Amino acid sequence: MSDGASKAPATGTLMKGKRGLVMGVANDRSIAWGIANAVAAQGGELAFTYQGEALGKRVRPLAERVGSSLVLPCDVSDDAAMDEAFARIEEEWGTLDFLVHAIGWADKQFLRGRYVDTPRDAFLTALDISCYSFTAVARRAARLMTNGGSMLTLSYLGAEKVMPHYNVMGVAKAALEASVRYMAADLGRDGIRVNGISAGPIMTLAANGIGDFRYILKWNQYNAPMERNVALEEVGGAGLYMLSDLSGGVTGEIHHVDCGYNIVGMKNPTAPDISVAGD
Amino acid sequence: MSEIADKVKKIVVEHLGVEESKVTPEASFIDDLGADSLDTVELVMAFEEAFSVEIPEDAAEKIATVKDAIDYIEKQKAA
Repeated sequence: MSDGASKAPATGTLMKGKRGLVMGVANDRSIAWGIANAVAAQGGELAFTYQGEALGKRVRPLAERVGSSLVLPCDVSDDAAMDEAFARIEEEWGTLDFLVHAIGWADKQFLRGRYVDTPRDAFLTALDISCYSFTAVARRAARLMTNGGSMLTLSYLGAEKVMPHYNVMGVAKAALEASVRYMAADLGRDGIRVNGISAGPIMTLAANGIGDFRYILKWNQYNAPMERNVALEEVGGAGLYMLSDLSGGVTGEIHHVDCGYNIVGMKNPTAPDISVAGD
Repeated sequence: MSEIADKVKKIVVEHLGVEESKVTPEASFIDDLGADSLDTVELVMAFEEAFSVEIPEDAAEKIATVKDAIDYIEKQKAA
């Protein structure tokens, strides 16, 4: 049985001649990094953006590993900063073929307890960074996708169903998924596809801020049809498919890469009972 | 030095890129070893993976020095 964690991505030429921007790599556990790695192994050329120097110093060595020297700061809550980053990309490359948006944020104080208690400012910031940022970068990226292109964002099942502690992020991801559909409709005539991947839980730096995340991981492992959690490399592979011409006829789609968890309606009868504190 | 202490030290050296001699039990990740707040989260994640232990957030917040990490992991492993 495969555990999905084959470390080296498949090499080939699927992405040869394509250039893309990856926004939101934090470290080598980041889903965006899994996708970047898969794309680079297929010959894709990459640029990266990061938010703040704490992340910049983590992204640069990773970018180097995939032969990228275009690593730019970009605060997605700042329109001028986004304009500047895209101006640099236009200057360096002229055109763009793909975009990976892997950005989300909510004050972790509100990623536990009740959603109903979310204050307005926490709600607005979460929706701004986690949802509107994709719209804002998509508009700028589309201008450079003169030969068509593929845009990809990351979501989670918490957009569709209630997940403990996901709270305002679930609402933000629901809005993000809706924006995928609206942008797919807007940009389809220009040959630009817009899709999302709804990944199963993966222990990333960002996930670390979600309450009881280890419990969520365990629960998925026991109850997903494949009885395990998804590996970073598998989300990377799905990302590669979405960004390459293999998915040429696919747009407006939210693709689940979660070992099948999203189809399940009830606990697996053979799964052990687990509690938040124990196991 | 225990096997756990040795392994903790190695992870810290590797992750923070600091001299091994600086990683004393009393060394604070942030004050002495130049870690930022993301480093401390990454270190805890690395410890969890390397030792197959769970370090919940309230415990992780109390791990400030190399010794704190070693003590916590040793306690978990003994339990």
